[in-house]
Amino acid sequence: MLETRALCKSFGALTVADNIEFGLAAGARHALIGPNGAGKTTFINMLTGRLEPTTGTIVLGGEDITRLAQAARVKRGLGRTFQINTLFKDLTVLDNVALGIAERLGVAGRLWRPASAYKTVRDEAMAQLESLGIGGDAAARVVDLPYGKQRLVEIAIALGLKPKVLLLDEPAAGVPSHESERILEVLDRLPAEIAILIIEHDMDLVFRFAQRITVLVQGQVLVEGTPDEIAADRRVHEVYLGEGHGHG
Amino acid sequence: MFDAARIGYAGSARLRPIELAPWVLALLVYFLAPNYLPLGAYVVIIILFALSLDLILGYGGIVTLGHAAYFGFGAYAAGVFAIRVSGDPLLGLVVAAVAAGLLGFATGAVILRTHGLALLMLTLAIASIVFEIANKWTDVTGGADGLHSVPIQPVLGLFRFDMFGKTAFLYCLIVLAVGWWLVRTIVHSPFGVSLAGTRENDVRMHAIGAPVYWRRLWAYTISATLAGVAGGLLTQTTQFVGLSVLGFERSGELLVMLVLGGVRRIYGAFVGPLVFIVAQDYLAKQSPEYWTLGIGVLLIFIVRFARGGLLGLADRARAKLWGKKG
Repeated sequence: MLETRALCKSFGALTVADNIEFGLAAGARHALIGPNGAGKTTFINMLTGRLEPTTGTIVLGGEDITRLAQAARVKRGLGRTFQINTLFKDLTVLDNVALGIAERLGVAGRLWRPASAYKTVRDEAMAQLESLGIGGDAAARVVDLPYGKQRLVEIAIALGLKPKVLLLDEPAAGVPSHESERILEVLDRLPAEIAILIIEHDMDLVFRFAQRITVLVQGQVLVEGTPDEIAADRRVHEVYLGEGHGHG
Repeated sequence: MFDAARIGYAGSARLRPIELAPWVLALLVYFLAPNYLPLGAYVVIIILFALSLDLILGYGGIVTLGHAAYFGFGAYAAGVFAIRVSGDPLLGLVVAAVAAGLLGFATGAVILRTHGLALLMLTLAIASIVFEIANKWTDVTGGADGLHSVPIQPVLGLFRFDMFGKTAFLYCLIVLAVGWWLVRTIVHSPFGVSLAGTRENDVRMHAIGAPVYWRRLWAYTISATLAGVAGGLLTQTTQFVGLSVLGFERSGELLVMLVLGGVRRIYGAFVGPLVFIVAQDYLAKQSPEYWTLGIGVLLIFIVRFARGGLLGLADRARAKLWGKKG
């Protein structure tokens, strides 16, 4: 579904992505982990097109998308969420989701009829919010929402794009532990056909969610495997020395 | 009553009774205060100009200090067209609109590649360039003297521009109504919500696959077009166009008037110029020397105590009175 070949990125002498070979199968549940500064967000930003790789190629659904702009990648089914809430703060929760849906349906640039006349967009946005359990907040402005719910809006916007591949950048970041359960439930119920790559620091979440895990260290893939293999891998333990996450 | 909460996919674009207030007031002025029609026409023109700014500044979040470039360009286009081609006012307005729109598109294409302070500087630079061209190209623009006695024929061949300013006032009012309808329609449309999205978070707009640059550029072009129409109206109603239409002060004052009325409300663009120009007119009569002091005090008061402008103040007063959440 999504593949990178010999992907490299350097800022001057600093190499933040070193020859990354990565594959994401259709319907995958894949996690990308690694210590701070390993280059995880850089990697995501190259996949989505916010950053251009120095060398290497990115292939989505058989097509080379390395040089495509962000918007073109989204149109081809690549969705993402952000580690730090990246929302339309002053707009309603419904409009946050509706904007993406309208964009996908190709009506977002229409000038003459009021947005409220586009019932399909509104209904779909509403359905999306309800499926994540935040339908009751549709009319609220995003700024007025508690942080945990804002994280759900992040996911709702991305799902509204009906992505084939979804990149989740620390979906539970900053969420208090009693609320992160809610996010996990949402993740568990994501449509099976979407290939998902999740970046996450919370190892409980990673090991519960992922079927495969890639460990990134200093811009390089250290190891890739099933959760059991990763849990048993000595090199991974060395990297996470002292962090003790109780998974082996 | 004045708020923007009705915009969006769950909003309502239906006309509310209060939205008729400006038009009723304008007609009252027409019938009850005929002496104020020339000033009234000027207020109406500046309202249209402020409305054009509200579209990009209020809704699009594009802060500019050079909007007079399009106002002035439209004003000169209307003037030159009337002198050299035809004095038909409606044709003149079309020319002003197209000229300013093209300039808006061309300059916007450059300006909108930047953000924040750089963008602000570029708007200033472009306004200065247009000003200097008008200043130096005397054969066409009349330079510092401007263009006098710009000919203007009756509207549709029927309605003469009279010396009391009756025709001029109604003419401007109708053009404003068209501009108001256009801005109101755009703001409520999916395009308008999308424009708000670019204002709120352009990183996310890119991430949902929106053509951010083009959305902003179209909004900017439409805004420049409307500003040009306002400029054209000024030329036609005063039969004169001079360098002041392009000056920095005009851009600055416009921003002040919009902030005074309240940005991102449509009707802030109505209230701001009305209060500002009437206050200016009144204060200048009271004290020809110190009237700017009065304007200054008014502005300090607004900025300090009335965030959201006069309409923001009205909203809060209303919320207090009715005990509703502002």
